[in-house]
Amino acid sequence: MSHRLPSGGRLIDRATTLGFTFNGRRLKGYGGDTLASALLGNDRMLVGRSFKYHRPRGIVASGPEEPNALVGLGQGARFEPNQRATTTDLFADLVAQSQNHWPSLDFDIGALNGLMSRFLSAGFYYKTFIHPRAFWKHLFEPTIRHSAGLGRPTSEPDADRYEHLYAFADVLVIGGGIAGLQAARTAAESGARVMIWEQSAHWGGRAPVDDPDVEGMPPDDWISATLHWLRAQPNVTLRSRTMGAGVYDHGYALGYERVTDHLPGLDAPRHRLWRVRAGRIITATGAIERPLSFAGNDVPGVMLAGAVRDYVVNFGVAPGRRTVIVTNNDDAYRTAITLHSAGLEVAAVIDARARATGDLPQRARSLGIRVMTGRAIARVRGGGRVTGVDICQHTGTGAAGALIACDAVAMSGGWSPVVHLWSHCGGKLIWDAGAALFRPDPARAPTGADGAAFVAAAGAANGVMRGAALLADARAAAAGGDAPAPEPEAITPVWIMPAAAGPGLRAKMWLDFQNDVKVSDVQQAAREGYVSVEHAKRYTTLGMATDQGKLGNINGLAVLSDAQGAPIPDVGTTTFRPPYTPISMGAIAGEARGDVFQPLRRTPMHDWHAAHGADWEPAGQWRRPYCYLRPGEARNDAVAREILAVRGGVGLIDASTLGKIIVKGPDAGRFLDMLYTNMMSNLAPGKCRYGLMCSENGFLIDDGVVARIDEDTWLCHTTTGGADRIHAHMEDWLQCEWFDWRVYTANVTEQFAQIAVAGPKARDLLQALGGLDVSSGALPFMSWAGGRLAGIPLRAYRISFSGELSYELATPAGHGLALWRALVDAGQDLGVIAYGTEAMHVMRAEKGFIMIGDETDGTVIPQDLGLGWAISRKKADYIGKRAQERAHMTDPDRWKLVGLQTLDGSVLPEGAYAVTDARNANGQVVTEGRVTSTCHSPTFDRGIAMGLVRHGPDRMGEVLRFNRVDGTTVEARIVDPCLYDPKGGRQDV
Amino acid sequence: MKRYSAFSIFREALRNNSGWQRAWAAPEPKAQYDIVIVGAGGHGLATAYYLARNHGIANVAVLEKGWLGGGNTGRNTTVIRSNYLQDPSAAIYEKSRSLYETLSQDLNMNIMFSPRGVMMLAQTEHEVRGYKRTAQANALQGVATEFIPPARVRELCPIIRIDGPRYPVLGALWQPRAGTARHDAVAWGYARACSAMGIDIIERCEVTAIRSNAGQVAGVETTRGAISCGKLALVVAGHSGHLAEMAGFRLPIESVALQALVSEPIKPCLDVVVMANTVHGYMSQSDKGEMVIGGGADGYNNYTQRGSFHHVEETVRSLIETFPMLSRLKMLRQWGGIVDMTGDRSPILSKTPLGGCYVNCGWGTGGFKAIPGSGWAMAELLAKGHSPLAEAFGLDRFREGRFIDESVAAGVAH
Repeated sequence: MSHRLPSGGRLIDRATTLGFTFNGRRLKGYGGDTLASALLGNDRMLVGRSFKYHRPRGIVASGPEEPNALVGLGQGARFEPNQRATTTDLFADLVAQSQNHWPSLDFDIGALNGLMSRFLSAGFYYKTFIHPRAFWKHLFEPTIRHSAGLGRPTSEPDADRYEHLYAFADVLVIGGGIAGLQAARTAAESGARVMIWEQSAHWGGRAPVDDPDVEGMPPDDWISATLHWLRAQPNVTLRSRTMGAGVYDHGYALGYERVTDHLPGLDAPRHRLWRVRAGRIITATGAIERPLSFAGNDVPGVMLAGAVRDYVVNFGVAPGRRTVIVTNNDDAYRTAITLHSAGLEVAAVIDARARATGDLPQRARSLGIRVMTGRAIARVRGGGRVTGVDICQHTGTGAAGALIACDAVAMSGGWSPVVHLWSHCGGKLIWDAGAALFRPDPARAPTGADGAAFVAAAGAANGVMRGAALLADARAAAAGGDAPAPEPEAITPVWIMPAAAGPGLRAKMWLDFQNDVKVSDVQQAAREGYVSVEHAKRYTTLGMATDQGKLGNINGLAVLSDAQGAPIPDVGTTTFRPPYTPISMGAIAGEARGDVFQPLRRTPMHDWHAAHGADWEPAGQWRRPYCYLRPGEARNDAVAREILAVRGGVGLIDASTLGKIIVKGPDAGRFLDMLYTNMMSNLAPGKCRYGLMCSENGFLIDDGVVARIDEDTWLCHTTTGGADRIHAHMEDWLQCEWFDWRVYTANVTEQFAQIAVAGPKARDLLQALGGLDVSSGALPFMSWAGGRLAGIPLRAYRISFSGELSYELATPAGHGLALWRALVDAGQDLGVIAYGTEAMHVMRAEKGFIMIGDETDGTVIPQDLGLGWAISRKKADYIGKRAQERAHMTDPDRWKLVGLQTLDGSVLPEGAYAVTDARNANGQVVTEGRVTSTCHSPTFDRGIAMGLVRHGPDRMGEVLRFNRVDGTTVEARIVDPCLYDPKGGRQDV
Repeated sequence: MKRYSAFSIFREALRNNSGWQRAWAAPEPKAQYDIVIVGAGGHGLATAYYLARNHGIANVAVLEKGWLGGGNTGRNTTVIRSNYLQDPSAAIYEKSRSLYETLSQDLNMNIMFSPRGVMMLAQTEHEVRGYKRTAQANALQGVATEFIPPARVRELCPIIRIDGPRYPVLGALWQPRAGTARHDAVAWGYARACSAMGIDIIERCEVTAIRSNAGQVAGVETTRGAISCGKLALVVAGHSGHLAEMAGFRLPIESVALQALVSEPIKPCLDVVVMANTVHGYMSQSDKGEMVIGGGADGYNNYTQRGSFHHVEETVRSLIETFPMLSRLKMLRQWGGIVDMTGDRSPILSKTPLGGCYVNCGWGTGGFKAIPGSGWAMAELLAKGHSPLAEAFGLDRFREGRFIDESVAAGVAH
């Protein structure tokens, strides 16, 4: 059984006892424990269930590669599924539950899948559940979905907050083991700005556990001395608990700092995402030990050899009382020696190699540890927990010899450099057959814009596992130059154990503990032709679990290469993708959530609207009043009231959201002539003109009134939604095509509050304010003037979108509310009202004015909308001109703008199509038009609509049928789109 | 081809799964084929399959420079829907969706088509109008969709926040018979069925040149030797421009990386596919339990199939607003795929200036859902020289301005 040792544990503080809860049981650990070490200290080896067969799963590793020990952590709004116990620092009153079982961890019905495992081999679900068809949706898929999945979903909104930090570094070192520390020191000594990240809370990596000394010093001393030096340097930033998550193009790197995971409730961000642009990146990310593939290697109690000694040395915890060590290399003997030194029994070291003569095996032997070479584990005994191992000849088929009783197995198949971050941005690998590992190929490093490598690997991540060679390698990575070749690793590759194991054993050798992929599955995939490493991965799901194959991938591809008789490097690896280990979505989103996620834009009059019954409509990032509701009033009634009040008197609408872009400079006129379909350069100062803008493809993208402010300044109004888009469109052309034109643009949308004053009494209202002469003589239609009204500085534009006498008043934003209030106050006797966007929409529809986004949808050209008058014939060119000359654009059968009136006066359905009795070659109903805007008109007291109809303007009076979603149709007559004041007398008075 | 069935699984289980055959053969290329298809992604394989099945043309090779299904077929977010606005789009995507419904049975391989329903959220009034229009159009196109109110959205998808502060859900366009499928299995299923009909699928065979004779295609040079052919189909999303250059013409497409990511697996909590075009994100939950999230396309052209970060950030940020529960899940993996973008964001299925050479490309961000329909139409085009489903997607449309623009209905996400 796993238990806490009476002494030892360099990372724990035995004076601090921490209570925590696992599956409802109250347990105790120490300060400095991880959840995994605390569980082991309480003899909790069984911590979860696997994905497919719901096999019992124990802790295997001690770091981020852990595939099994995933728990649901926390409660309520702080609950998080799939937390790795090995990287979760213990804190007081931590609450964790194991996952993926029902009804309980110890007794899981899903484990019946395991009994069926021979029927559920690789890809079985592609071969069955095919008939009958309906069963997949209603039976098979729901069953599979409920059996799969891991943790419980979160349900409540997150109670924590997150933040992003941005930084630059000349050298970013990822990994704070001794290689990383040395690389940081070497880089810092050269004067570079250095940042170094360590994923755990502790610096120094494996050295304190594995190495007797570093440069003649005890490892802990070397680490603290180096840290002391680094911390004293102004050009060095150290961050622990910060994992290098991803490396992207141009030296961009993501760091994931877990700030308060171990201090829940502290008033600080939970996670911090570091976004760093680095000149060079050094990956000193260490190595991960590989399991060995023997039958029953997934039974709880079988652990990585390195992890076993981590638990003993770092946490004073022993995974078992009597341990068998199984290996193909010398490194695992360190575990034997560590266990022995801690007073624990080592039943035997089973070494697959014919001979083990290195220093470590000899030391183990000298301590009296039994070493059995040329042997293998035939199978592990035990179900929920290891009870013993059957020993056999490694070269044989697994005929069992001696049984060795034990309660833990420490396995080592060798170490694989962590090459993920090297590979994220295109770094390639080479297979080192002698050391049996993939290492970064320095000749094929990720390269930057200048073609030079920007990532270098150092230390174990570079395949240089320890000692002086490792430090030399780290110095070389930081300073350039070559490092001396490391001592060859004492290892013989073993991919399955025993070497000639038959199918029965191979079906019990796990490659992927979480996803339940076994040696037999990969071999079967190869037999079925899934021989590309990506096919094999996807067919078997090898390496697709939450550990992304950190433990199993190399073993799996070795099995795959053996199955096809191809060398390992020819098979290659699957692609390494960010992040290195999973990172929270919260950290990715950062601070931008809730109210500060795309903050709401408010006009200066926003609060007035809110206080007067505004029924808000989202308009991009703005909110605009759809209408103003009076107590007890329905939406439609409010809209009708507002329209009739404007048509009969005067109304105000907040038009501040309209885009306002200043275009200025000696070439501004020429620029606007290219941008708009009509001529803007010949507009006289003081005048306004309605303009249309098209895309390169000729389609109408925006419209608005342009006012010429002075000789070299124009003010372009855009639609509310178009402000940013059109400004970007202008800059795109200016910066990419006409970069030598002397034009300056500025988006001043928010600098001005704008109020449209519309209705026959509009002039009376402005005159009541006093100031600027707004008479028709002084300020005729389609002109503007600057001045003051009620003492407030403004520009008054004589333009109309309602068909009524109308002024748009633009005042610096700070005066907006005062001007609005002045208008409201002065207009009391005139019956002034505020009106919303819907009243505006209806009035413009009554007038036959088009609306971008309603009459246009990216497929409509101005000529379709009867706007030919706004297209200059004098200009040689404008954006979209040539496109509009193409055959389909000049086709007389194009759908064109008309008015539509139902015969029964009803409102046409939104988006309805004019249908015919014909069907096209694909069986679809042939249509000949569609509704673009439709509403009830209070002015005419009937439904009115605008639409696009096949050569519609030639078909006035014709009756069309429009579809309803229920399959019926409604008849409507083609009429002129302008119903209200067709001669325009009301707006031009 | 030995059929897959519950019985075959039972039989093989009793002999340690030792009797399974290769899913598809690995032949050496022959010197000559009637038709050579470049690209063994879903579209290329489906084209070959329907050439043999519908038109009796099986002297066909499908050439693949890497592993089959390794491009966008194997790296998309598996959404299948046909609620398109424009008639030509609705026709080919609906054909495709209907073929998906029976594809597992047709191919004798479970491609896990899951008609769980797709909802496209309307989060602005403009989107409400756009989707109402699409519902009207779909009714006439024979595509079953409806515009549903927020309460129904909530009922179908309880984890959604209807009244978010920024983009409240105002309704959705709901296509109940849309859904997802297992993307790799689609490629494998077609490959296996093609192989059984005698079509040669040749992996690790890169085309290095296209040979022609008097304006007529003659064959291809490959890393595994020269192959002559009567007709040639280029079906190589992400590399279309490159192959077109070999054939001596240019295509009006740009190649950009489209971003996607998955979360760690959790127990089922999302039973439908949700697309939110205003915030540029879409999400479904795979049968394994991962939340599969699609984001936007990078704003610059490139050919690296790599993830970039800024779109992931934008997408996740936006989705958390609509699905607050996402915040405490973790991103397991992100990746990118290279998509062909045309000027109108609609595909090209067309003859080309080189006689006998046809092209199928430009599916942009929406290719996976189109695989069966695209293959069906492309096979017809190759066999007969014309296809009603492909008619509107010819190259000439760019010259004539006959765009098929879905932007009003589809926004960025397909």
